[in-house]
Formats: sequence, C-alpha cells, structure tokens
Amino acid sequence: MPQTLAEKILSLASGKNLKAGQTAIVPLSLAYFQDGTGPLGLRQLEKLNIKKLANPEKSIFFIDHSAPSPRKELSNDHMFIRDFAKSTGAIVHDVGDGVCHQIAAESYVRPGDVVIGGDSHTCTGGAFAAFATGMGSTDVAIGMALGKTWFRVPETIKVELKGYIPRFVTSKDIILHLIGLIGADGATYKSLEFCGDFAEKLPMPERLTISNMAVEAGAKVGLFASDNKTKQYLAKYGRENDYKEISSDPDAYYEQVITIEVDKLTPVVACPHTVDNTKPVSQVKNIKIDQVFIGTCTNGRIEDLRYAACVFKDRKVKARTIITPASRDVFIQASKEGLIETILKAGATIMTPGCGACVGVHGGILGDDENCLATQNRNFQGRMGNPKGNIYLSSPIVAACSAITGVITDPDEFFGN
Amino acid sequence: MSNILKGKAWKFGDDISTDHIAPGRLFHLRSNLPELAKHVLEDADPDFASKMSSGDFVIGGNNFGLGSSREHAPTIIKLAGVSAVIAKSFARIFYRNAINVGLPVIILDTDKIDATDELELELENGILKNLSKNEEYNFPPLPRVMTQILSDGGLVEHIKKYGDFNI
Repeated sequence: MPQTLAEKILSLASGKNLKAGQTAIVPLSLAYFQDGTGPLGLRQLEKLNIKKLANPEKSIFFIDHSAPSPRKELSNDHMFIRDFAKSTGAIVHDVGDGVCHQIAAESYVRPGDVVIGGDSHTCTGGAFAAFATGMGSTDVAIGMALGKTWFRVPETIKVELKGYIPRFVTSKDIILHLIGLIGADGATYKSLEFCGDFAEKLPMPERLTISNMAVEAGAKVGLFASDNKTKQYLAKYGRENDYKEISSDPDAYYEQVITIEVDKLTPVVACPHTVDNTKPVSQVKNIKIDQVFIGTCTNGRIEDLRYAACVFKDRKVKARTIITPASRDVFIQASKEGLIETILKAGATIMTPGCGACVGVHGGILGDDENCLATQNRNFQGRMGNPKGNIYLSSPIVAACSAITGVITDPDEFFGN
Repeated sequence: MSNILKGKAWKFGDDISTDHIAPGRLFHLRSNLPELAKHVLEDADPDFASKMSSGDFVIGGNNFGLGSSREHAPTIIKLAGVSAVIAKSFARIFYRNAINVGLPVIILDTDKIDATDELELELENGILKNLSKNEEYNFPPLPRVMTQILSDGGLVEHIKKYGDFNI
C-alpha cells in the first residue's frame, strides 16, 4: 500500500503498516519541553511518582521563553527544571542557547524521527522528514517517562510548490499565502506534505520556516521529504551520519492537493489578529509601524539576519527595532560576519537568543494601540503582551525595509529597479 | 465527574486562541494555576472569570483553542469550574489537552445556543439539553481512545490506573 510521508514515518517508527485514520502507539526519538510548559509536565510526573525517564539523553529542556528570567516566579520555574534534569540525566539548554526548535534543528532532529515537544511549533522539525508535533504538558511528560505516545495517523493534504520565485518573495510569503488560502483551521488534524519542483530547490532554512507555520493552518505536521539539501544541512552541523532518505510513495492517497505557483506570489502581510488575515504588501503599505521585531523560530536564522543587515547597511531605522538571533550559533555567525555591527549602527538593538518578545513575556511588549511588524508566526490579540497592541506578520525583508521607513513597505518600491 | 452537568451559557466567537484564554503576559502565573484561573479568557471577555458560576458552559465558534500547546488553557477553564467547552470545531492540541486534563469538549452547531441559556449536559448519552429553549441537541461521541482517557479522569489518572497506555 503506497504511503504518504506521515504514514511512512509513523510506520517505520512503530514497525506497523499504518494508514490514515488508525491509532497507534509509537516509540519516540526525542521529547522536549520549554520553560513555559515543562514545570506543569513535571508536576504531572510528581503526581505519578515518576522519577525516571525512558531515555534521558533524548529528553531535553530548553530555557528559552523567559530567558534571562524577568521575574522571580520564572526564575523558580527554571530552578525546578534544572533540578529535575540533574536528577534524571535529561539535557538542559539554558539561558542564551536559543529557541528550542532552532536548537532541535541544529543538533537533534533526524529524518525519520518521531518528535514531540511541549510547544506548538515543534512541527518545525517536519522540514527534516521527521514526524514532529506539538503537544501539551501531560502528553510530553508521559511521553518522556514511557518513551512512547499514541497518535492518530493523520490524513494528508499535498501542497505542490511550482515555478521560480520572484525577487523579494521568500518561503515566509509562501506559507502565509497558503494559510490565507485555506484558513487558520484549513488543515486541522491533517498532515501538510510539501513537494514540487520549487520545494526541492528550497534550502533547509526556508523549509524550516514553512514547516514551523504548519500549525497556523491547524496542521499536526508540515513535512518535506529528505534529500540532498537535508544532507547538506546536517553536514553543516557535523551530523551527516544522521541522514536517511525518506519520501512518500508515488501513488499515495491525498485527501486534497493544493498547487501554488510561486511565480505569481508577492510579499504577504498577515494583519491583526489572525494569521489567515493575509494581504499582499501593496494593500497595506504605509501603515505606521512603532516596533519591528526580527527573530523567532520562524525567521531568526542567519539568513534572516543577513537580509536585515543588507537592508540596514548605511541606513538608520525609523521604527524601534529589535533583532533576536534564534540561537547561540546564529548569534556567533552573525557576529563573525559583521552583521551585528551593521544592525547596531543602524539604530536597532539585539536581544538574547530566545522567545520573549514573540510570546509576550518580556523584551518587546507593545504599548496600547501600537503597531508591530514581526517575523514571528502568530499575531493573536495579546500575543506580544498587550491585548491593545496590533501585530502584523511578514518576511524579514519586508520587516527590515519597514524598519527603515517606519511604515509597512514593499521591498520592490524600497529598492526600486 | 457527575453524569449530568448543568449551568449557564457564556458565548464567545470564532478563533478564541490560547492567548485569549491564558495570555503570555501572565506567564509568571503558570506555576500558580488557581491565580491564573482568575484571569481565564480575560482577553476575550474581561468579566467572564468574575461573573461566571461553577457549572457554567463556555460556548465557542470555529477553531476554539487555536495557537499554543499550553495545557494551562484547558486546565484553568476546568479549574474555574466550567462544566464543558462546546464549540463548532476545536484546534487539535487544545482538544487533546482538554481530554488529558478531564475537561469535556463537545462539537456541535453552537449558533443554536444564546448567551445565558440554561444548559444540561448528559455526556455519556451524547445529549445537550437547552432548558431555556426547550430544545435537545445530539453530538457524536469522542474517539474511543479519548472516551477511555476522559472516563478515567484524564491522562494522569489513566496512567496511574494502568501503568501504561491502555488504549
């Protein structure tokens, strides 16, 4: 029976021949928590008197959502996490290491893995052909304790990306376009499988951006087949031996097929307060922006910081601008390339690698009626710490151009011909 | 969990996110759930937590609970004393989390229910009675795995009982 990527990965992991709609218990390759969801999970294990983890070396805690801690309550949560990890042998990535999903991509996730994380954007790992999905604290804690969890095998929507992408259009615009097309619940409980000649050309960082936002259409996973690009990315982090080729079968059954001709796309902006409220940048240009935020698991990678530095070179920002490298590795690389100096000279500021501004904990909370243009994945009311703030989402190129002008700006007009 | 749940309807719209239910600005209260529960759904209706009574129902539209994986969202809805969340559809992670923490989640056409309607839920029979309108609505049972976990009182109780997944 031909299989989709989701069916294939779950079948390989469980040793059973699974198809969509079936329920199965599947061994886990990796389970992780961040500091906002870990403590609740650990209290659930306390209720069960569980003090041992099935695979401590595959159990990771990332202190990234409130790092460095802005409040004593959160410092205490961090201590609780560190103590638990010490007693069980689980791994901790502490303050400054960066956003969980970025570190997972750099150091842990492998093709064919089954990954659960106590954070909805765990689906980022789908870019590696890993069945990576977000779950709640109890599910992840019990997954860590038992080394397995239950899944309903999802049906799949195939998304074919075709053609050549126009200048100033990025994978962020592709995924925002898709979410605008199918809606914030357009793929609820489904797997999104990205393929087509343009998907094959996409480098891993851009695939990570697309997989990261699969959940914003309600999807359980956002998958790419593994290929030479995956292999190159793993090799960059000294992990070439983690490579395995995984692809769907040619005659697999898809519930729906969506084709996106990327030639026809323009930069997209998601307007307040839902991610599917998308508009071409040309329709929202000149909206005043108080704060620009470039960072997060969606678009805080070195490639994104290069876009920002390229735009900022010999210019000054008009909007208050916060740049957060997604990981320590990204920060070091940006520093080596001189990007940090360019960004600082332009009048922007740099934050510790982490999630703070995006999740509304600290480091970029909006004032009443302020507008923010951010490269993150969500613009829900209250997301950046104030229900009276307005969040627009875009690619790093649109965000960087808009930081300079102080209004939402079409890069085509910014750079001219 | 008692078999019949009774209370008043509180209406919310489409796309109620986990940021509406348990906002990030209250991140520091995540290890103090009774305190966090005093703010439940605050960014959708600032009066809800102070005015609702134990046993009341949260009525949503489409895609209730979209967004983050924070289990604190269904946990504080339950802690506040809400009997069940009834919506046209739910986001995936919220739905599974709700079952795991023992909060009933029911899918039906909520256009039929108005704010302040008196409701009575018979969970096992799949019946919701609207006492104010003298109507009765049927809803499909949960998937088998979820029925099992919910009837055990949530995932922790399920694992306590069996020492493993028994699904």
